[in-house]
Amino acid sequence: MTERTFTEAAREALSDAMDADPTIFVVGEGAGERGGNFETTAGLYEKHGPVRLCDTPICERGFIGMCTGAAMTGTRPVVDFMFTDFILDGLGELINQTSKMQYMSNGRLKMPMVLRGCIGIGHSAATHHSGSYYPLFVHIPGFRVALPSNPADAKGLFATALRSEDPVFFMEHRHLLNLKGPVPEGEHRVPFGQAAVAREGTDATVVALTVMVHHALQIAEELSSEGISLEIIDPRTVAPLDTETILESVRKTGRLLIVDETFMPCGIGAEISAHVTEHGFDELDAPIKRLNGAHVPTPYSPSLEQAVIPDRTSIEQAVRELLAE
Amino acid sequence: MHGDSGDRFELHRWLYRTMFTIRTVEERLARSFMAGLIHGACHTYVGEEAVATGVCAGLTDDDAVFSTHRGHGHALAKGVSPAALIAELYGRETGVSHGRGGSMHLFAPEIGLMGTSGIVGPCILQAAGAGYSAKLLESGRVGVAFFGDGAVGNGAFHEGLNLAAIYDLPVLFICENNLYATEVPFSHASRNPDVASRASGYGIPGVMVDGNDVLAVHEAAIEALRRARAGEGPTLIEAKTYRTRPHAEGMGLTGVYRTEEEVAEWREKDPISRFRRRILSEETMTESDLDRIESDIRNEVDEAEREAAAAPWPDGGTAPSHVYRETT
Ligand SMILES: Cc1ncc(C[n+]2csc(CCOP(=O)(O)OP(=O)(O)O)c2C)c(N)n1
Repeated sequence: MTERTFTEAAREALSDAMDADPTIFVVGEGAGERGGNFETTAGLYEKHGPVRLCDTPICERGFIGMCTGAAMTGTRPVVDFMFTDFILDGLGELINQTSKMQYMSNGRLKMPMVLRGCIGIGHSAATHHSGSYYPLFVHIPGFRVALPSNPADAKGLFATALRSEDPVFFMEHRHLLNLKGPVPEGEHRVPFGQAAVAREGTDATVVALTVMVHHALQIAEELSSEGISLEIIDPRTVAPLDTETILESVRKTGRLLIVDETFMPCGIGAEISAHVTEHGFDELDAPIKRLNGAHVPTPYSPSLEQAVIPDRTSIEQAVRELLAE
Repeated sequence: MHGDSGDRFELHRWLYRTMFTIRTVEERLARSFMAGLIHGACHTYVGEEAVATGVCAGLTDDDAVFSTHRGHGHALAKGVSPAALIAELYGRETGVSHGRGGSMHLFAPEIGLMGTSGIVGPCILQAAGAGYSAKLLESGRVGVAFFGDGAVGNGAFHEGLNLAAIYDLPVLFICENNLYATEVPFSHASRNPDVASRASGYGIPGVMVDGNDVLAVHEAAIEALRRARAGEGPTLIEAKTYRTRPHAEGMGLTGVYRTEEEVAEWREKDPISRFRRRILSEETMTESDLDRIESDIRNEVDEAEREAAAAPWPDGGTAPSHVYRETT
């Protein structure tokens, strides 16, 4: 293990994969010589040159479509969006083309394409630079969606994404980019569809995503002094979603809270909740609770911004309500 | 590849066969549509056969074609058999996409048919992507996008041409300008009636050809392919042509958008009879050679249709497969 930031860990996975697989190339605005807006590709241009570290014009739809065609013809594009918000300019390409090619070709085409971008509310980035949107992609057949919450998973999930034959969204919360943590050296892969039990407990299950995992862990630590034992589950990928680990935990605790910064309607919490109700209704001792970001465009001012995301206070309150049921 | 051997006899034979096959299959499909054998939409390529044929004559199976909603001609010219095409429109297991696609989702990647498409525009970007793969892998392959005049006002045209231009990608952009998008004249969609002239805006060559002259199309394609394979970048080719059937089967042949007289004028410029006259004047084949080709193709297409009609339906239980390559 070595200490790495989240971004360094993901970059290590990219660098290793690019050394091993000459068909990988990265496109993005400033992904070349500049090394990426968030230093996602720093140092790689010097090693691999402009064809594999490709600077693009500002045409998200265009380079998504181009990379779709590239993935269909034997290469492995990594599209670096900076901010996930910009992916929306290419939704038609993604949903009508990228996600459907394997199916429409009856399995004869592959779609090994990674789409990465920063997500999350904070930094007064306001509504065009704070989006997460991953529930949209979970809804669509054909996509994988990875949401790492720590540097080790950033490396391991990115390494898996870079070897996947399916299109993968790899979404990096802005609050986590500089987070440091222990990262396994050398080859390290985290398989998709395997949740991590971030903390074991017996009184209630909290499923939390990306940055919310850290808030939930802190609340669990604080409440442990009162004798409250929370189990924290980090799904790590939401497509596929490891519902078995969640159900297993609910069998033990009987109570479930899902904390997700993205919107509530038709969201990940709704999906998990429906699944647990369908397959674990008898295990529940209380109604399932969801805590989400407010269903509004993200405002700018820090005081407004603070009001639209779950934080430790609201998580703690939700946990107490759940336990009081 | 049928154009590089320098054998004019062989080239003419291939071009004629291919154009006549497209025509015969399309006319067969139009009848099948009337008979209710086709379950979805059917846009035929009648009148435009010279474009796909002239371009595909210069391609190998490794070159990647990205096509449109009007893609039967591209599929056949790329080497899809009439039986596999008809069976797909009939929704059968033996169809080229095994019944998953129908007319607008024909896939045969093993021979470089990377899909016809129900969405106008994306083929332009994907062809640029095939060019990118070719550049990275140094494979010598070329990406080819066919698209109508209707795609020219779409952002994909601008973004795709620009991307291919800045990276010098080996790509052919083939615009089939048949004057109308569904039933909207190109003059309502563009201030500039010429598509080829737009190429200069991207710093690449733009070539306008008579899209009903298969040899002219072929010649333009060969030069664009030479450029592409030599690393000189993409070319935009505008083929001026016309569809002499309705936009889609079941729609009117004419309407507010065009007159019977206009359609009749263009039928006079029919690319197949025109090439037939050319062949006879150049004496690369005789009347009886051509007649034999035609009757062979008619028999082949009849047989293909019978085969398709008798082919099994796909098993409904397989509907969920191939969404993902990997199971988790
Ligand atoms: C993005 C998109 N918008 C609208 C349509 C509906 N549509 C199908 S074909 C067509 C006209 C296309 O015209 P053109 O590109 O000139 O091709 P042509 O039909 O003339 O061959 C339209 C509008 C579509 N398929 N895709």
